[in-house]
Amino acid sequence: MATAAVSPAYAHTEESGKSGIWSWLTTVDHKRIGALYLYTALAWFAVGGLEALIMRIQLQGPNGHVVSAQRFNELFTMHGTTMIFLVIMPLSAAFFNFLVPLQIGARDVAFPRLNAFSYWVYLFGSLFMNSSWIFGMAPNGGWFGYAPLTTMPYSPGLNIDFWMLGLQILGVSSLAAAFNFITTIINMRAPGMNLMRMPIFTWMAFIVQFLLVLAFPVITIALVFLQFDRFFGTNFYTMTQGADPLLWQHLFWIFGHPEVYILILPAFGLVSEVLPTFSRKPLFGYPVMVYSGMLIAFLGFGVWAHHMFAVGMGPIADSVFSVTTMLIAIPTGVKIFNWIFTMWGGNLRFTVAMKFAITLVALFTIGGISGVMHASPPADLQQTDTYFIVAHFHYVLVAGSLMGLWAGIYYYFPKITGRMLSESLGNWHFWLAFIGINLTFMPMHWSGLYGMPRRIYTYDAGQGWDSYNLASSIGAYIQAVAWFLGFWNIWRSRRKGAIAGPNPWGAPSLEWSIPSPPPEYNFAAIPTVTSRYPLWELGSHGVPGGAVISDEDALKPNPTHIPTADELGIPIPYSTIKPLFVALFMTLMFGSLLLIHEDKLHLAVALVISFAFLMTLSLYAWLTSPLEPAHH
Amino acid sequence: MDNPSTHADAVSAEQHHVMGEVHEHPTWKQYKWVALVLTLITAGEVWVYYIPSFVAGPLFVPTLLILSAVKFAIVVMFYMHLKYDHRLFRALFTGPLIVAMSTIIALMFLFSKLTLTR
Amino acid sequence: MATAAVTHGHPPTTTGLDHRKVAIWAFIGSECMLFASLISTYLIYKGRSVVGPFPHEACNPPLCATPLHAILNIPVTSISTFVLLMSSLTMVLALAAVENKGKPGYGGLFGSSRLWLMATAILGTTFLGFQAYEFTSFVNEGLTIRTNLFGSSFFTLTGFHGAHVTAGVLWLLTLFSIDMKRGLGPKDALLVDISALYWHFVDVVWVAIFTLVYLIH
Repeated sequence: MATAAVSPAYAHTEESGKSGIWSWLTTVDHKRIGALYLYTALAWFAVGGLEALIMRIQLQGPNGHVVSAQRFNELFTMHGTTMIFLVIMPLSAAFFNFLVPLQIGARDVAFPRLNAFSYWVYLFGSLFMNSSWIFGMAPNGGWFGYAPLTTMPYSPGLNIDFWMLGLQILGVSSLAAAFNFITTIINMRAPGMNLMRMPIFTWMAFIVQFLLVLAFPVITIALVFLQFDRFFGTNFYTMTQGADPLLWQHLFWIFGHPEVYILILPAFGLVSEVLPTFSRKPLFGYPVMVYSGMLIAFLGFGVWAHHMFAVGMGPIADSVFSVTTMLIAIPTGVKIFNWIFTMWGGNLRFTVAMKFAITLVALFTIGGISGVMHASPPADLQQTDTYFIVAHFHYVLVAGSLMGLWAGIYYYFPKITGRMLSESLGNWHFWLAFIGINLTFMPMHWSGLYGMPRRIYTYDAGQGWDSYNLASSIGAYIQAVAWFLGFWNIWRSRRKGAIAGPNPWGAPSLEWSIPSPPPEYNFAAIPTVTSRYPLWELGSHGVPGGAVISDEDALKPNPTHIPTADELGIPIPYSTIKPLFVALFMTLMFGSLLLIHEDKLHLAVALVISFAFLMTLSLYAWLTSPLEPAHH
Repeated sequence: MDNPSTHADAVSAEQHHVMGEVHEHPTWKQYKWVALVLTLITAGEVWVYYIPSFVAGPLFVPTLLILSAVKFAIVVMFYMHLKYDHRLFRALFTGPLIVAMSTIIALMFLFSKLTLTR
Repeated sequence: MATAAVTHGHPPTTTGLDHRKVAIWAFIGSECMLFASLISTYLIYKGRSVVGPFPHEACNPPLCATPLHAILNIPVTSISTFVLLMSSLTMVLALAAVENKGKPGYGGLFGSSRLWLMATAILGTTFLGFQAYEFTSFVNEGLTIRTNLFGSSFFTLTGFHGAHVTAGVLWLLTLFSIDMKRGLGPKDALLVDISALYWHFVDVVWVAIFTLVYLIH
C-alpha cells in the first residue's frame, strides 16, 4: 500500500501559481479542459434530468396538471437539446480532451488554445440557450425544431431564436474541436504507434471527428435558412412561396443521423477500454472493431430518411433507406459479439466501471433491436411518433451511451484526479441506475405500441397506458436517487477518495504509465511503442490468455518526486485568456441578433458589428502571440 | 533539430521537412499552361451556352457538368497541388468530397429533380 | 517499452507534415459539406419560385410587377469568373515567389511575393466588386433575398461564397502587410500555402456555382 500519500498534481501547481479561478480561465492544458468539460456536462445533466423528472411527475397518472401544455413543450425540447448537445457530446469531449493525447503519447493536442476556445464556446453557448428560461421563453419546438412549425408565423416568440442561435454557437465549438483532434491523432502519435496500434478509444474518437466535420455544416445551413427566414423574411421554409416542407427535415436528419453515431461511438470506445482491462484479456478482434467503426460512420450518412418514413417519400425512397438502415445493424452487432468474446474465458473483475460497461453491451442491444424494428417502413408507420421510439432512443442513449460514459468516469477518475471513486457508493449508484433505467424505459415499448403518442403533456385514463406511465415515473424517481449518488460519489471522492497510483486497474495503455494525475507535460520522455498493449507487453498481435501485469504492479503508488516541466526542460504553452474572450464576443455577437425580433434592428446591427470587431481584435491578439516560450 | 525518431510511415525524414514539404511542385511555366487550359474551358462553357440547339439537346447539361468537373480537378490537383503532396491530403479531401457529392445526388432524387425513368 | 531520448521540445510530427496544413484540409472537408447543402437547396428550389424574377426566363405580370427579362447576366458573370480564375494563378505565383525567394529565376518583379499577393487581393476584390454590382442591379430590377425562392437561395449561396472571398482577401492583405514589414521567405512558405489552399478552394466552389446556377438551365 502507498506510504506517502502523494497529493494530486493540482496541488503541485500551487508552487507555479497555477491554482485558483484565473488558472482555470486561462488554461490551455488538455487535461484541465477535459475536467472543465466533465464538470460542466454533469451540471447540465442535473438540469436535463430535472426537466425529465418534471415531465415524469406530470405523466405519472392520467390528466396530470403539474405544468401547462406550453411549459411541457419547453421541457421536452430542452430535455432533449440539453441531454444531446450539453451532456452526452461534452462528456464525450471530456474524454477526447483528457484521454487522446495521453493514449497516443503526446504532450497536448495540436492546437491547445483552439481547444480552450472550444470549451468556452460550449459554456457560453449553453448558458445563452438556457438563459431563455429566465425570460420565460425556453425553446419549445422539439430538439429537432421542424420547420415550418419553427418559422415566424407559427412560432412568433423568441423561444426558437434562442434555440437556433444556441445551436449555431455550439456547432462552432464542435467543429473547432474536430479539426483539432483530427490533426492531433494524425500528427502527434508517439514513435511506433501506427494507426492499428492506437487504443480503441482513440480510434472511435478519430472516427467521430470526421462525423462532426461532415455533419455539422449541414445543420449549420439548415439553421442559417431558419435564421434568415425568421430574421430577414427569406422563403426557405415558406410554403406559400413554394418552399418544400421536407427541406428542413432532410437537412436536419442528414446531420441528425450521423449525430447519433457521434453520441454512441465514444461510449463504445470507452467500453472497449474497460472490458479488456477487467477481463485481463486483449480486446477480441481489434481490427474488426476498427473497421466496423469506420463502416458505421460511412453508412451513417446513408440512412437519414428512416426518420421520415411517415412523410410520404414514396416506395423507392422508403425501400432504399430501409435497406441501408438494416445494413448498418451489421457492423454494430459485430461489436456486441466482439465484446462478449473479449469477456469470454477472461479473468473477470466486476468493478463498478465493468458493471456499467457490461450494461451497455446488454442494454444497447435491446435498443438496437427496437431500432431494427423501426427500419421496416410499414412497421414504423405504427411505431413512429409513439413512445415506442422514445423507448428505443432512451435505451441506446441512456442504457447505452450514458452507461459507457459512466464506465469511463469510474475507470478514469483515478487518472484524472489521483483518487479512486468509492466502489461501495458506486455499487449503489450503479444498481439503482440499472433498475431505474429499465423501469423507466422498458414499459415505454408497451405504451408506445398501445398507441401513446410522443410529446403529449397529458392523457386520459382508460386507454391502457396508465400502469406503464406509473412504472416509468417510479423508475425516474429511482434514477434521480441513483444519479444523485453518482454526483455525491464524485464530490466526496475528490477530497476523500483513496489515493490512486499510476495504474490502479492494471490496464495496458500508455495513459496508465504516468502518475495520477498526470504532470503538466504528461510524459517525461515520449515513449516508443511496439505493441497495442504497451504495458502488457504482449507483442504486436496479442496473446490471449492473460496480462503480464500483477496486482502488486497495479497497487504501485505514484513516484515520490515528480519532476516539473522546468526541471525537464519541457516548454509549456502559455496560459491565456484570449480564447475565452473570442468565445465570449462570438456568443454576444450571435445573441445580439435576438434584438431584431424586439424591433430594434439598428441596435442589433450595431451590437453585432461591435462584437464582431471585438472578436476579430481578440482573435488577432491570439494569432499573433506565441503559443509557448521559444525553445530549441 | 530533434532526434529523428522512427516514423510510422515509411517516408524518409529528409523528404518531409516539418516546415512544408518541397516536393517537385509544378513550375511557373506549368502553372501558366494550367491557367490557359482553365480559361479555354471557361470560354468553351460560355460559348456553348449561346448555341440554342445545343442548349435544347440532351448533351448540354452533361457537357457542362463534365467541363466544370475537369476545371475543379485541375485546380485541386495542380493549384492545390494535391497531385504532388502527401497522399494523406488526398484522403482528407476525397472522403468529404464523395460524401458531399453523394448527398447532393441523393437529395436530387428525393426531391424529384433527377429521375431514373422518363 | 523503450523510450526515445526526446525529453525536451517537441517530437517531429508523425507524418512529417505541419499541423496547420493537416487542419486546413480537414477544414476544407467541412466546407465541402457546407456548400453542398447550399447548392443542394438552390437546385431543389430551382423552378419552384411562385413569382418572378426568374434566373433564365422572362417574367410577365402577374408573376412580376413589370415585364422583366431573365435576370442572370451571363457575359458579366463570365468575366468575373475569369477574374477569379486568374486570381488563383496569381496566388500560385505568390506561393512560388515565397518558396523560391532569392533563387535564380525568381528575381525581379516575377519573384516579388508582394506583387503577387497584392494582385490576388486586387483580383479578389474585383470579383467582389462584380458581385456587388450584380446584387445591386438585381435589387433594382426587383429581386431581393425575400422576393421568392430563387432570390432567397441565390443570394444566400452567392452571399456565403462572397463572404468567404472577403475573408480570403483580408487574409491576403494581412500576409501582404507582414511581407511589407518583415518580408516573407521560404520559412513562411507554410503560412502562404495554407492561405493559398483556402483561396483555391473558394475559387473551385465558384466553378461549381457558375456552372450549376448560371449556365445550366
